[in-house]
Amino acid sequence: MDLIEVRHAIKTYSTGEESFNALDDVSLTVKKGEFVAIMGTSGSGKSTFMNMLGALDKPNSGEYYLDGQDMLNLDSDSLAEVRCEKMGFVFQGFNLISRTSALDNVCLPMIYKGIPEAERIERGKKALEIVGLKNREDHMPNQMSGGQQQRVAIARALVNDAPLILADEPTGNLDTKTSIEVMEFFVALNEKLGKTIVLVTHEPDIAEYTQRIVKFKDGKIVLDQPKEEWLKHRNRET
Amino acid sequence: MLDFKSILKMAVVSLKINKMRSMLTSLGIIIGVSAVIIMLAVGSGASKKIASDMESMGSNLLIIRSASAKSGGVRMGMGTKPTLTMKDAQAIEDKARGILALAPYSAESKQITYGNQNWSTSVAGTTMSYFMIRNYEMDSGRGFIQEDTKNGTKVAILGQTVASELFGDVDPIGKTIRIGNIPFRVIGLLKSKGSSGMGQDQDDIIFIPITTAQRKVFGTDFPGTVAMINVKAQNDEVLSIAQEDITSILKARHHIGAKQDNDFEIRNLAEMQETIKSATKTMSLLLGAIAGVSLIVGGIGIMNIMLVSVTERTKEIGIRMAIGAKASDIRIQFLIESFLLSISGGIAGVLVGIAGAHLMHTFAGMNIAITFSSIILSLGFSACIGIGFGYYPAYKASLLNPIDALRYE
Repeated sequence: MDLIEVRHAIKTYSTGEESFNALDDVSLTVKKGEFVAIMGTSGSGKSTFMNMLGALDKPNSGEYYLDGQDMLNLDSDSLAEVRCEKMGFVFQGFNLISRTSALDNVCLPMIYKGIPEAERIERGKKALEIVGLKNREDHMPNQMSGGQQQRVAIARALVNDAPLILADEPTGNLDTKTSIEVMEFFVALNEKLGKTIVLVTHEPDIAEYTQRIVKFKDGKIVLDQPKEEWLKHRNRET
Repeated sequence: MLDFKSILKMAVVSLKINKMRSMLTSLGIIIGVSAVIIMLAVGSGASKKIASDMESMGSNLLIIRSASAKSGGVRMGMGTKPTLTMKDAQAIEDKARGILALAPYSAESKQITYGNQNWSTSVAGTTMSYFMIRNYEMDSGRGFIQEDTKNGTKVAILGQTVASELFGDVDPIGKTIRIGNIPFRVIGLLKSKGSSGMGQDQDDIIFIPITTAQRKVFGTDFPGTVAMINVKAQNDEVLSIAQEDITSILKARHHIGAKQDNDFEIRNLAEMQETIKSATKTMSLLLGAIAGVSLIVGGIGIMNIMLVSVTERTKEIGIRMAIGAKASDIRIQFLIESFLLSISGGIAGVLVGIAGAHLMHTFAGMNIAITFSSIILSLGFSACIGIGFGYYPAYKASLLNPIDALRYE
């Protein structure tokens, strides 16, 4: 079953008299349980596409269904609810709230979902345990390494039990070793918990951890292949 | 919808991060609220004092006095020409409308002795009605009876100050004192009334029957005259009618033509009360307005800091929106923060204000009355300021575009 269904999405930005299409007739479907890498150089439209998937931005025209729900006809409150219940975000800059403990950061989405405090704490602790930060509940973001912070962010994305995880260059600020750890983590989430993951990256090494590669260029999808096929092509090129 | 406890917790955490800033922001409200509390405490203290002074003087009171004497164009002091007589008093009592009680009154300063003690005080000749009119109450013994006034018996009723100066702890009832050289039997003791509104000790006085005073104690050139006549009207509505009647009765009795000056003067204490009351009210309003202005300035301080806070925390707002906060959730969070700032300032201001009012009482001797309504009023006002001035920054925060907010550094 399709979790994400985007059809003919066009997003136009105009700067003065000139205008350009950040998304130029993009169509993409992602099935439940897929692990997709979105690649492309900066300005290729991949960030715009991610913002649209994340219900943070709307295209000028086209269609977007998430889990069968028409996302382009929802008001901002309903979009906030969808963000809360259907997806978890992981950002390049971790985006934890500063001077707020790891546990409180993880519990934040549940506050907006309206889950009672006792249950929030229980689930928050469990999520931190999953990402291996059981004994760092009270640590502030600035007391943790980048990898640990990113794992807190992943726990936060998991805690509402959303089917979709959107990761925007999650390893961009991490060293290679930590990047590998984090990516193995995403693989585990995908395989063991059945999460659908859409991950933006420009590093081929990171893309290798996924199952499907979608490449953007000038607002269009120029490549959409299973990883194995993509690897073959790449090996041939190099 | 968010549960209230969670937002409250988040707001407290945010305010704690900038402790110094939060405290300084609240300071504006603390000063405003404490000013309101102190102003209202002093204001209502003053009006309470005035009210109790007036109460002790007696209400619905008209005081008739002889006007000043004129000798060759030079006007002498009030009461220098005793024109009022016992017969005037009788005529007023018989003819004037709306009168509840009436008491003639004359007083002189005399030396009083008891045993080896002596004391100079005011000796007042009057009738029993005077005690009712001026709200004196008997502590022990008896009051004047009709025979006392009729026959001019030598009996006296003492005020508390006189009693303690002459008798100390001894019960004065039945003892004999001397006024000048004349022996008087003490028949009654009055309850203490304290000082009057003008700071006069109302207990430093001896009362004797008016007839006794006129015949035996005061050597007057004008027999049968009295210095004042105190009149108590039935209620405040008939006060002016009584005043008019008294004026026309006295004019007729004293043969005063339409164009001549009256040889008496009627003072209406109710009018004085009104004047003082309205002056106090104007003062309180003025002070209240000043305090209100400082509260509004405090509110602007809150707005300013909340706007800074929204800008500083743009990224945080973006994160919150991305993980599922609605615009209303953001708005409520910032509203609660400004509300907390103002209400905590309000509570601290009430405490500071109460302490300040007590300091005013202790060191400046001011009468204060801290009313529950003034506390509720100032707390309510500061809460309104927090919400009112916090709304715009909160609204601004809720309008942020999450994509831009997330990119903000």
